[in-house]
Amino acid sequence: MTLQRIFWLAASLLVGAALIGLWQYIADARLVSPVFLPGPDRAWDALVRGFAAGDLEWKLLGTVERMIYGWLLASFVGIALGALIGISPTARAYLGPMLEFLRPLPASAIIPVAIALLGLSDSMVLAVIAFGALWPMLLSTIHGFAAVEPRLYEVARLLGLSHWEVIRKIALPNAMPDILAGMRLGLTVALILAVVGEMLASRDGLGLWILLSARSFRAPDLFAGVILLGSIGYVSALILGAVESRVLRWRGH
Amino acid sequence: MSSGAAPRSRFDWRGFVVPVLLVITAQVAAVVTHLQSDSLAAPSEILVAGIEALMDGTVLRATRDTLIMALSGLAIGVAVGLFLGLLLGLSRIADRLMEFSIEAFRPIPSVALIPVAMLVYGFGYRMEISIVAFATAWPMLLFTRSAVGSIEPRLVEVSRALGFGVLARVWKIILPAALPRIFVAFRLAVGIALIVAVTVEIAANPYGLGYTMMVAQQSLRPGLMFAILIWIGLIGWFLNALMIWAQHRLFGPAAMTAVQL
Repeated sequence: MTLQRIFWLAASLLVGAALIGLWQYIADARLVSPVFLPGPDRAWDALVRGFAAGDLEWKLLGTVERMIYGWLLASFVGIALGALIGISPTARAYLGPMLEFLRPLPASAIIPVAIALLGLSDSMVLAVIAFGALWPMLLSTIHGFAAVEPRLYEVARLLGLSHWEVIRKIALPNAMPDILAGMRLGLTVALILAVVGEMLASRDGLGLWILLSARSFRAPDLFAGVILLGSIGYVSALILGAVESRVLRWRGH
Repeated sequence: MSSGAAPRSRFDWRGFVVPVLLVITAQVAAVVTHLQSDSLAAPSEILVAGIEALMDGTVLRATRDTLIMALSGLAIGVAVGLFLGLLLGLSRIADRLMEFSIEAFRPIPSVALIPVAMLVYGFGYRMEISIVAFATAWPMLLFTRSAVGSIEPRLVEVSRALGFGVLARVWKIILPAALPRIFVAFRLAVGIALIVAVTVEIAANPYGLGYTMMVAQQSLRPGLMFAILIWIGLIGWFLNALMIWAQHRLFGPAAMTAVQL
């Protein structure tokens, strides 16, 4: 990290702090009603109080757990199915148009169907998360496998590699950037659907917590929950980014 | 699978085999088992329910509500995102100063704002519009920033040499040069607007297609529920196709690169 980089980072942190200061000023001066906008001090207090009381971490954990389980499920199914479809031109010709048609469908529109089939249960929420996160992964995996240089397959045939070896040694590494991009998008979708699912099915988690806080006009709790949800998004993107740069190191960026 | 990499040249019947077979299988299964269900419906029932709902206006009214809210939110989000993206793309200093604040705000999932908007606006148009605006502003901001930031520096030099003011420079040089990539962001934002609008309606707001679908589920009318699901899918598909067509028309095949966020 160069000196210049550190300077700009510090400067941007200062700007962030100034914005929080501005938020505090707006709240203190009551430019916006405190019913809607608690100051950062009150939101921070609510955050600390929630963790001290020992129930906020369980809500946080509940949401994270839901998000990760659904996402993992979607990853396994999405990558496996995507590899099968992507590697075969015939499967792409038969299934591709249908998948393209379904791509712009909002994943949340499947929620009423899931409620009708599974009721307002944990498995409903999990199914919705997995289904929603599946699409970006499936489509980008198909794209990744379909875009492998055909001559690589020819080389593989000359080397006498088995079908499984072709997938593992040639197709998978080549499709990896696409798969990881899909997984990143899938994780965002998983967090969104975890929150919506909790709100609808009243499952204990941050999504339900912020909804109940809003209904009972506990704005500081609401903002604390929103901050926590933002942190989940931030940390998970950070982790995936680190994994991505490690896995794709061989490409030499 | 890149969306719209090339205009679809010739009709490929193979894409229709699987969906048609699925529909026929579902119909046969429903008839054979004498399906009487609160959660599933035969394709024929879905079709009948869909036509009825279209004729009596419920679906059309709900579509109007959803589209008004999605498009108003889109307009606000696009304007804000475009403005901030231009600002940050033009000024390296502003970009670096805002780096932390943007990175801190961006990961907030848009649905987390549903309760906030409920608290401020109650239910209704404004609540949903504000959430759609928040969600669509981000891709516009990020794409515009990078599109403006990566403009050929000599173009900017030329505009300086010609003695253009800032406004003329933006209007005559920068916007036209960055427009193809900004339009890609707009296409993404259109899709996001519909997704977020429907999500807000399903989660909270008692208006529009999402809510109508929830009511159909709660009143145990699976035919209507599936009909609206398919209708939402058609709208999404149509908007996407419209945007791809417009992109192709405006910028030609060179601009049709696949995008993934």
